[in-house]
Amino acid sequence: MDLTLKVWRQAGANDKGALVEYKVTEISDHMSFLEMMDTLNEQLIEQGEEPVAFDHDCREGICGMCSLHINGEPHGPDAGTTTCQLHMRKFKDGDTIYIEPFRARAFPVIKDLVVDRSAFDRIQHAGGYISVNTSGNTQDANAIPVPKVDADKAFDAATCIGCGACVAACKNASAMLFVSAKISQFALLPQGKVEAAERAQNMVSQMDKEGFGNCTNTGACEAECPKGISLENIARMNREYLSASLGSE
Amino acid sequence: MKFDAKTPEGPIASKWTSYKDHINLVNPANKRLIDVIVVGTGLAGGSASATLAELGYNVKAFCYQDSPRRAHSIAAQGGINAAKNYQGDGDSTYRLFYDTVKGGDYRSREANVYRLAEVSANIIDQCVAQGVPFARDYGGLLDNRSFGGVLVSRTFYAKGQTGQQLLLGAYSAMNRQIARGKIAMYNRHEMLDLVVVDGKARGIIARNLVTGEIERHSAHAVVIASGGYGNVYFLSTNAMGSNVTAAWKIHKKGAYFANPCFTQIHPTCIPRSGEYQSKLTLMSESLRNDGRIWVPKNMEDVHAIREGRKKPTDLSEEERDYYLERRYPAFGNLVPRDVASRAAKERCDAGYGVNKTGEAVYLDFKSAIERYGKEQARIHNIENPSHEKIVALGEEVVRAKYGNLFQMYEKIVDEDPYKTPMMIYPATHYTMGGIWVDYDLMTTIPGCYAIGEANFSDHGANRLGASALMQGLADGYFVLPYTIGNYLADDIRTGRISTDLPEFEEAEKQVREKLEFFVNNTGSHSVDHYHKQLGKVMWDKVGMSRNEKGLQEAIDEIKAIREDFWKNVKVPGNMSEMNPELEKAMRVADFLELGELFARDALHRNESCGGHFREEYQTEDGEALRDDKNFAYVAAWEYQGEPSKAVLHKEQLEFKDIELKTRSYK
Repeated sequence: MDLTLKVWRQAGANDKGALVEYKVTEISDHMSFLEMMDTLNEQLIEQGEEPVAFDHDCREGICGMCSLHINGEPHGPDAGTTTCQLHMRKFKDGDTIYIEPFRARAFPVIKDLVVDRSAFDRIQHAGGYISVNTSGNTQDANAIPVPKVDADKAFDAATCIGCGACVAACKNASAMLFVSAKISQFALLPQGKVEAAERAQNMVSQMDKEGFGNCTNTGACEAECPKGISLENIARMNREYLSASLGSE
Repeated sequence: MKFDAKTPEGPIASKWTSYKDHINLVNPANKRLIDVIVVGTGLAGGSASATLAELGYNVKAFCYQDSPRRAHSIAAQGGINAAKNYQGDGDSTYRLFYDTVKGGDYRSREANVYRLAEVSANIIDQCVAQGVPFARDYGGLLDNRSFGGVLVSRTFYAKGQTGQQLLLGAYSAMNRQIARGKIAMYNRHEMLDLVVVDGKARGIIARNLVTGEIERHSAHAVVIASGGYGNVYFLSTNAMGSNVTAAWKIHKKGAYFANPCFTQIHPTCIPRSGEYQSKLTLMSESLRNDGRIWVPKNMEDVHAIREGRKKPTDLSEEERDYYLERRYPAFGNLVPRDVASRAAKERCDAGYGVNKTGEAVYLDFKSAIERYGKEQARIHNIENPSHEKIVALGEEVVRAKYGNLFQMYEKIVDEDPYKTPMMIYPATHYTMGGIWVDYDLMTTIPGCYAIGEANFSDHGANRLGASALMQGLADGYFVLPYTIGNYLADDIRTGRISTDLPEFEEAEKQVREKLEFFVNNTGSHSVDHYHKQLGKVMWDKVGMSRNEKGLQEAIDEIKAIREDFWKNVKVPGNMSEMNPELEKAMRVADFLELGELFARDALHRNESCGGHFREEYQTEDGEALRDDKNFAYVAAWEYQGEPSKAVLHKEQLEFKDIELKTRSYK
């Protein structure tokens, strides 16, 4: 199929960006969206132009590196799918596709479609861990039984890939879904309960410092999350945060 | 140069304990005076960074991704082995050790593998304490499954995303240390050279991939945890950015490169669909627990399927050739990866491939779905369930076990694997070869260590399933933190190392010149153009099966591609900005050298063994023919200016605790 692409080009963080139009031809149904982008880039290099910078790595939908706002949606039109796993069969011959970076104040553009998501790392530094040392002298793993239901819920929260689609989808650029997923994972497990209150306070406070907006329960984050992270996590985070605030001295 | 494995004396079961009892320790106050650089933040690098920081060293960690959480370990699906014997099925440290040495076709070092098996149980304890959500049974205890090449259930897992959960565990341990200021994290940085001062590794030259700035970083020791080099094939299951650069740079500075030709071809990947394809996607090997592999028995059915006149589900049991069950009755669909891969290639080469390219076999879940469905019906007291009911119940069980894999397959291939068998074909996956290290995990450069997939020591010629995650974490959490102390104990009075030394200046100059060359070269072809050419030569002539003639040709062809690359490559943009094409050019330059050494290693090894299959060396029924008399050694290559001049050193392997015998899965 032949497509018209409107791609956000921006030389650097402090440069002005703009949408630039490109044509690509002979795109196969089986190609992934990023393979289509590779095709565009090969074409640009041939023509002596700079290829479009975009983030990607595993191309298996698990590393969370790929991003892209495609026709106004993070990771494009296919529900529950990262950009790297989105296939061109979801588009039609002659389509015009708008490709932009994730937009949020806390995710500044580095170049073209690449944004800086290090705010997510800093939130994790603030409490995204259990304070256990790595000596290998911990108790036997089966000494801490975990009800299967809790283990499964913790796992579901833990599958967040940290791509930032929740932020990009949110009209307030809130990071609540991301933060709540980690808080939930640990709050649900006996190992993580010990410092759950402190964790919730520290992570929420860092999230605010980074300039993410507030949650107004619109649910766009859940709808656009490629891993189906549930809004229940936000409810759980709010409970954890509230009880931590009430309980603190 | 000294070439000594430094394996401790004594019985195998007490080597590690006795080693730990006798090494030098660094007192906590002195650890604060010592800096360690860790390159790579996957399972090995991440766990090493966290543990070294916790011990008190100042750690500088580097990764090319925007966050350590994106390291390619995250994509490992199936699970991690540990000799816990929770299932009471006879597992033990010795058995894990035995399976790993045998599975590796007797080309790994016994002492290292025993230590790996020994610490494996600690890994699970450690990860659970960190909040890694492993699968559990209804009693709240940990669940296990079995994997290819073994007869016990020793694999711990978190659905099909075990690598993700383990990596996030290591990442969380890092986060704790970053918060404490003990790890300085350099995201979006790439190591481009090693700095050696007075014969010791003392730092690196790195490029900030956002600003393009070239930086000097000093340390008392440098740890390479940069993963494998499977992307030399262009198409592989590795992440797009996975590269050989860090490992290759230390090789050029004096670290021996061991067994580069031992590359694992994984049997269960999604087949290639066209020339534009950028990478391959793996389906976890755990699928072989429940899936049966087959191709049609009759050539007419193969043609009918390829032409769309028949569907695989139209073929009766009798019309299918379950070739693994036929050839290997004892292990059936659970034979090791190299055996399963070669068997698939054999059937496809014989013309029985089931997709348009002729490069696919079926992985069928129909009988598992029916088996589970009947079991569920009994459990739920459903009398005389209909076939539909059985299938629905069975699909639920399969969904719970492998749901995300099935979903991924459906997205890529656009077919529902619950209703029609998956198509799979082998692809390059994991590299068992890598930087040569001794028992301390130190390379032939003093103070330079290599851990995880970047080193060579534990997997031999073939890697069993669920053992890569185990090695990465064992090296990082539990082995390196001890062994590195033994070396650093001599460095407590060294003090901060200046980056103004001439060695830093020289290394930086060389890196700068190379970068300048690429952005100034007026060529006509993209970097990928060359990478794809290299990949094609590697797959065709240095791939799943190799022969002398092909390898000779490959060596010449790779040289020619390399020459053309240095003349005609085109890299747009400049070096003082984010420039992904420039990053690729630097990496492909290294692959173009490694590829040649890889082929030379395959050419000199006149035997078949694990992931290395030489057509000249096979039994009458097509099985790999090992030559223990002449090749039971590690091939460690020393760089001498260019790959064709590399000098071969041999570390003779001794098998004192496991008898060397023919590997049979029949």
